[in-house]
Amino acid sequence: MTIAAVQSKPAPAILPGNGGMRGALSDLFWRRPKLLLLLMLLPPLLWLGIVYIGSLFALLLQSFFSIDEFSGLINREFTLKTYGDLLQAANLDIIQRTVTMAALVTLASAVIAFPIAYYAARYARGRWKALFYLGVMLPLWSSYLVKIYAWKLILAKEGILTWLFGKLGLLWLLEAWLSLPIVGGNSLSVSFTGTFIVFVYVWLPFMILPVQAALERVPGNLVEASSDLGASPGQTFRNVLFPLALPGIVAGSIFTFSLTLGDYIIPQIIGTSRLFIGQAVYSQQGTAGNIPLAAAFTVVPIVVMGFYLWGAKRMGAFDAL
Amino acid sequence: MRSDRGQSAPLGLKIAAACGLLFLHLPILLIFVYAFTTEEKSFVWPPPGLTTQWFAVTWNRPDVWEALSLSIRVAAISTAIALVLGTLCAAAVSRTRFFGRETISLLVILPIALPGIITGIALRSAFALADIPFSFWTIVLGHATFCVVVVYNNAVARFRRTSGSMIEASMDLGADGFQTFRHVVLPNIATALLAGGMLAFALSFDEVIVTTFTAGQQQTVPIWMLEELIRPRQRPVTNVVAMVVVLVTLLPILFAYYLTRDGDQIAGSGK
Repeated sequence: MTIAAVQSKPAPAILPGNGGMRGALSDLFWRRPKLLLLLMLLPPLLWLGIVYIGSLFALLLQSFFSIDEFSGLINREFTLKTYGDLLQAANLDIIQRTVTMAALVTLASAVIAFPIAYYAARYARGRWKALFYLGVMLPLWSSYLVKIYAWKLILAKEGILTWLFGKLGLLWLLEAWLSLPIVGGNSLSVSFTGTFIVFVYVWLPFMILPVQAALERVPGNLVEASSDLGASPGQTFRNVLFPLALPGIVAGSIFTFSLTLGDYIIPQIIGTSRLFIGQAVYSQQGTAGNIPLAAAFTVVPIVVMGFYLWGAKRMGAFDAL
Repeated sequence: MRSDRGQSAPLGLKIAAACGLLFLHLPILLIFVYAFTTEEKSFVWPPPGLTTQWFAVTWNRPDVWEALSLSIRVAAISTAIALVLGTLCAAAVSRTRFFGRETISLLVILPIALPGIITGIALRSAFALADIPFSFWTIVLGHATFCVVVVYNNAVARFRRTSGSMIEASMDLGADGFQTFRHVVLPNIATALLAGGMLAFALSFDEVIVTTFTAGQQQTVPIWMLEELIRPRQRPVTNVVAMVVVLVTLLPILFAYYLTRDGDQIAGSGK
């Protein structure tokens, strides 16, 4: 009844429109939010869709072309020949070497990252917390090339590491390590060991941040309950902490794995003459001029990462990002 | 109330965490020492002597200045483009739910999720297919593409915290859409945009992998450094440039942290 009474003397349901062009435009957006949404999305979508996705597709398309071995010209007919070339022993070797390196780097990063992340998440408070955060963020954002350059200084034959080993009387250990067949070399800066150390160093912050994010969500009393119930610290780690941190580790490993797969500058500056995928792509498209093979090579990290992401999603790693 | 407050960590954990942090920072500090060394030909440690003459030498090198100027111009324009695109995208994604919303987040993140070499070679082959000659703008095109994500991430996080009722209140009080944007939305997201812009600037200033594919003969600072790393000409100058680059990227990061610090703590305590 009262509702009907109110409705019988209605206030004007539609306010008069705002005057002027600006007002009209504002009213239009209010009435048609979809139009506003479309206008907001159009510029970024056009940019990313055309510039980025367009180029990606153009690249993938070219992996189905082939190169004429005599003239060096690109033959624009659909063929799987380039993918056949990819399966040559030399190229398979490159792929295997890169994937192994990526796996080792990921493993080492996780081991080094865990204590930092755990301390920052559970024990650091107030000013220390900020210090830990900046302590990870600053190396993360420091110049990539400067970091590599710093390691060139450290690993050089006359550099600080050799000096340190000499002072400690451990030069024989360094010599023995460098004389090993695969990991060794003339000096650390031209060995796989050097490449490995630099990879771990450069990607480590990418592992620390998600692991810390995952550990922040573990309530402290869970760890206490575990030790109250008689678990040793080792058991608590294996049965409580590690399973809860795992999504974070997997999330971090996405970065360390993917970044190692695609990098070509670190192995070029600190490493041996044996190629990684990134270097192969670079030399194929540059000096060799074989864009189809370079494109086929880039498909390898995309496929590997595709599977990796699919697995990571199943483990719930994306919630830890 | 957390029961573990004040409880101290096991010694082993402390040592491992400290060693990890030292591992992250010592190499960068080493750069600062090498900038002052008197040794020209090798990376010998300890430095035989200390000098500041290399700063003067570097100051008088036109190629360093050209690289620096190019880097700054590229970073400034890429950041401006990324700010516009990233904010638009973040606003659209956070204020409405629509079909394909997740796809858009993925699309924005893809340029840095995929290895840089893929982005680089894809752009290069696209330029070759379209007959676009390398120029200042091809570098900007590449940089802006992956800078969008940093602005987007910062803006999305801020939009998530900004309550939608403020916008409604502003509209109820008679402000039109533009006034609401100017007086309510913009002041709320300003610091997030500034922080995102600074990170985008630092990202672009530092980027080398994509740039090697999209630059012709021009040299940005990272390209200049890469040349010096592969074919060293004058090591002391490289040392000084490396130190300056560390300082130049350090300041925006610290400032960006300072800008977003308070908000992040509020968001953290809400968890």
